[in-house]
Amino acid sequence: MTTYRLAVVTAGLSKPSATRLLADRLTEATRRHLGDAGAAVDVSVVELRELATDIAGNMVTGFPGPALREAIATVTGADGVIAVTPVFSASYSGLFKSFFDVIEPDALTGVPVLLGATGGTARHSLALEHAMRPLFVHLRATVVPTAVFAAAEDWGGNGDPLTDTLPTRVDRAGRELAALLRLAAPGPGEDGGATGETVVPFAQQLAALRPH
Amino acid sequence: MQFGIFTVGDVTPDPTTGTTPSEHERIKAMVTIALKAEEVGLDVFATGEHHNPPFVPSSPTTLLGWIAARTERLILSTSTTLITTNDPVKIAEDFAMLQHLAEGRVDVMMGRGNTGPVYPWFGQDIRQGIPLAIENYALLHKLWREDVVDWEGKFRTPLQGFTSTPRPLDGVPPFVWHGSIRSPEIAEQAAYYGDGFFANNIFWPKEHFQRLISLYRERYAHYGHGTAEQAIVGLGGQVFMRKNSQDAVREFRPYFDNAPVYGHGPSLEEFTAQTPLTVGSPQEVIEKTLAFRDSFGDYQRQLFLMDHAGLPLKTVLEQLDLLGEEVVPVLRKEFATNRPAEVPDGPTHAARVAAAGAPAA
Repeated sequence: MTTYRLAVVTAGLSKPSATRLLADRLTEATRRHLGDAGAAVDVSVVELRELATDIAGNMVTGFPGPALREAIATVTGADGVIAVTPVFSASYSGLFKSFFDVIEPDALTGVPVLLGATGGTARHSLALEHAMRPLFVHLRATVVPTAVFAAAEDWGGNGDPLTDTLPTRVDRAGRELAALLRLAAPGPGEDGGATGETVVPFAQQLAALRPH
Repeated sequence: MQFGIFTVGDVTPDPTTGTTPSEHERIKAMVTIALKAEEVGLDVFATGEHHNPPFVPSSPTTLLGWIAARTERLILSTSTTLITTNDPVKIAEDFAMLQHLAEGRVDVMMGRGNTGPVYPWFGQDIRQGIPLAIENYALLHKLWREDVVDWEGKFRTPLQGFTSTPRPLDGVPPFVWHGSIRSPEIAEQAAYYGDGFFANNIFWPKEHFQRLISLYRERYAHYGHGTAEQAIVGLGGQVFMRKNSQDAVREFRPYFDNAPVYGHGPSLEEFTAQTPLTVGSPQEVIEKTLAFRDSFGDYQRQLFLMDHAGLPLKTVLEQLDLLGEEVVPVLRKEFATNRPAEVPDGPTHAARVAAAGAPAA
């Protein structure tokens, strides 16, 4: 059976957090759709709250401490990523952004990423489209078409009869991520890509500078 | 194996007193520190090059020339010389002149610099950092080895029939190190020429530098300069010592916490666990430095950063006494033990002249 590595990054600050809850829902939906297609997932959750001081330390020193290094390897070695943040001041949280700021800029190129966000009211839902999506487009990730926002009211009641409910949106997003994952074979994971430095032979570097 | 110190030349307030030295005081302190390095038996003094406050060493060969006139044995070097924004012709001239005045006690470490605005201030584009380093050094290498140079490149005005004077002392150019903290291209450049590679490993974990240094060693062998074990490697280190380890930690902590490079980030304890920084007794410094050999192989030059973050001159001089009297003699003995005979010593002018088969001056 094919197994995909899925890294789940969650920037919720409280424990338990609605952000983690949404991340878990998205993970389960993805697992279910992959399972229907006869594939499995190996899920690693990265809780950014636990890495908050390490991330600040990396900003200051330029290198990650051991726990953050492991978290970065988990995310950059994954076949797909689920990234969920609370909306703070009309955008992703600073902690969420800082984590992606300390990852090498090309590390997520081509990687399927499913986006989620949480907030008090549905009025913040476009933060997914005007802040989250451009960030991951900049990182050249393959962003899943459906991004899922969960407002406080989504966790109970029947909602608005003219809008898809949270379970419907979660299911659609999970189905889309599963489909994107299945388009690509599982990668070598965190141990595969980073063995040693690659180098352009010096003669080639010199030749590139010859005047024409 | 050579031991020495390298300085950034920062003017930083002493966080324990709030006192900031004047530029003049800092410059005089740098030369006092260099003279002390020779007095306590160290082999090398290297200065950084900067073109913006709060740093004073914009003119390294002037500083090193003054020190050369007042020392007998000390090798004068840089950490680093900006190969990207200096005119390679001027580097060739300045360091050849210094080499004559210092009777050969000169080498130089090339670096790209990490201050973005320096590039435009000197008419260059930071996005061309690697190509500038490659082309400028190719010209410098030629100027020191060919009496009459015709040359054309991408970044500098062409030369026709140019001779860089003075010619290198005894016809042997200063030894060159290439310093880099993250670029495999520079490790490749150092390997191609058979030059030294200096990994300033003091701020980052060792795994990163193990990859760069192994790449350099492999490529040094690939280009036929010797075996991988014979490649010329230099490393940084950063220490603060007192006889009693706890005294060292207590005294250094405010300097660490407020240091311009890593202050206000990880704790002193985390940073010492993850990087070469050692704050403790001379014995602890000896142990940590000896472990570098396990990570990187037998190497040729060890430079320590001793005088930054606002440490007062008096303290720095005490540190150099401890380094020269209690640490380096043990390191010399221990590094010599089990060192394979074919691993070369640190580069000197005399040895390079002998190797070139030319008569020494």
